[in-house]
Amino acid sequence: MSAVAEERDARAPWALTAPALMLFVGVLLIPLAMTVMLSFHDWGQYKGIEPVFILKNWQEIATDPYYAEMFWRTFRIAILTTLLTAVLGAPEAYILNRMSGRWKSFFLLVILGPLLISVVARTLGWALLFGGNNGLVNKLLMSLGAIRSPIPFMFTETGMVVALAHVMMPFMVLSVWAALQRLDPQIENAAMSLGAGPVTIIRRIIMPQIMPGVLSGAIIVFSLSASAFATPAIIGGRRLKVAATLAYDEFLNTLNWPLGAAVATLLLVALVLIVVGSNALIERRYAEVFR
Amino acid sequence: MRRNGPLALIFHTIFVIVMVAPILVVCLVAFTPEGFLSLPTNGFSLRWFRAIGNYPEFIHAFWVSLGLGALSSFVALLFAVPAALAIARYRFRGRDALAALFLSPLMIPHVVLGIAFLRFFTSAGLGGSFAALIIAHVIIVFPFALRLTLAAATGMDRTVEMAAVSLGAGGWTLFRRVTLPLILPGVISGWALAFIQSFDDLTMTVFLAAPGTETLPVRMFLYIQDNIDPLVTSVSACVIAITMTALILLDRFYGLDRVLAGKGDPGR
Repeated sequence: MSAVAEERDARAPWALTAPALMLFVGVLLIPLAMTVMLSFHDWGQYKGIEPVFILKNWQEIATDPYYAEMFWRTFRIAILTTLLTAVLGAPEAYILNRMSGRWKSFFLLVILGPLLISVVARTLGWALLFGGNNGLVNKLLMSLGAIRSPIPFMFTETGMVVALAHVMMPFMVLSVWAALQRLDPQIENAAMSLGAGPVTIIRRIIMPQIMPGVLSGAIIVFSLSASAFATPAIIGGRRLKVAATLAYDEFLNTLNWPLGAAVATLLLVALVLIVVGSNALIERRYAEVFR
Repeated sequence: MRRNGPLALIFHTIFVIVMVAPILVVCLVAFTPEGFLSLPTNGFSLRWFRAIGNYPEFIHAFWVSLGLGALSSFVALLFAVPAALAIARYRFRGRDALAALFLSPLMIPHVVLGIAFLRFFTSAGLGGSFAALIIAHVIIVFPFALRLTLAAATGMDRTVEMAAVSLGAGGWTLFRRVTLPLILPGVISGWALAFIQSFDDLTMTVFLAAPGTETLPVRMFLYIQDNIDPLVTSVSACVIAITMTALILLDRFYGLDRVLAGKGDPGR
């Protein structure tokens, strides 16, 4: 290849990515930077937004226990949702993987399909199932004798966790499913031929190998749950606020944009730190699996 | 491999029922003949589907969503196809950083994106406009468009291209007559997945939509905030039916696990 062609080759990738790069800098990075700056602006009921540099919003978030409680609620719901999806989603992915071809693809469609169905519609479904104290879920649980008195689901954290776990479940199943595809089924047979029982096989053979899948699924579920909006807004109602619904309120009801921007910035920074940190931990711990 | 035991199958059955129940209950309640939320115990009725016709807001929102999804996915592909070809074929400095930037809308919470775009477009004098919605949706669907195009471009047989070049094809002709047809299944699936993502987005759009540019999820959300009645279930049932149709087509055409697993991640 001639020197001219090589030089053209070196420029080609940049020429091809330039439009997308300009788009991302212009309408993603700049708006994000503007939001961070906005969180340092002042705001008053009558004067509106004042473009000065002030720490007022950050001080308010740091000192007012309302925000500590709200962020703690957000992360508590996200953690419980993550645990619920891991405990139920991982075994389901394993069971799915052992099914035969036709059934496997059918149930994969049934379980992953909801991922693409409107979150509003799915959450509406839970609102209908919960529906007050004599909703279908409570009626079913009481007729099965699982509970004596109805559990309040609407406008509670319990309800939010159940509905969120349903919304996030496909991500967990998908992630564990991907890990199972890398697993050699012969190892299971080898363990069996050496006399290992089903419990030992799951604990010593399957679990260690799908753990990276469970953990990477957990990261996705956690970060999506912590920033979820539709489900907490519909199931949680107007009083039980999480970070996303609070930011929405500040922007579109109270109109205190700088404070809303501070809440959003804090959520973004906290999530990026948690996700990047746990990714690094997992990759170090399971370096041999990813290799 | 061993078969699933009875306990595993019981677990599986309950799991699938719980996954399907909320979606099923919405579709069932939509057919209620009563004036309030209830399962249709005495007969099915289409009255709540007919009632949608009396709410032009829902119809209008549907067209906004449809146009927005189709257009923003198309624009995203205009940017994503060249970028995917560059990332798939060249090893250049900054390649990984670029790929990470292009996939970053998946990592950033949509509520943060909504706030950032609201601030940005309001300062630019585009607050609440359809143009602002299009640009914002191009950003959020871009990773999906990129990933599937990237997977197609990476898996493509390049000898066909070389044959075309040896026969004198080059530049635009090469792309239009050889490269594009070869990656077209990936491009179309990328468009479809991007469309579904745009069509379903609530969290970001709720910050940007103004009366007149409200999308269907936003209209449904605002309606539910006030009260839940059978009307919103029949609208939801229609949305579910549309998505299911798209989903089955996508599965037949490309394979759902391939679409969702995103095998196009660079470096994997």
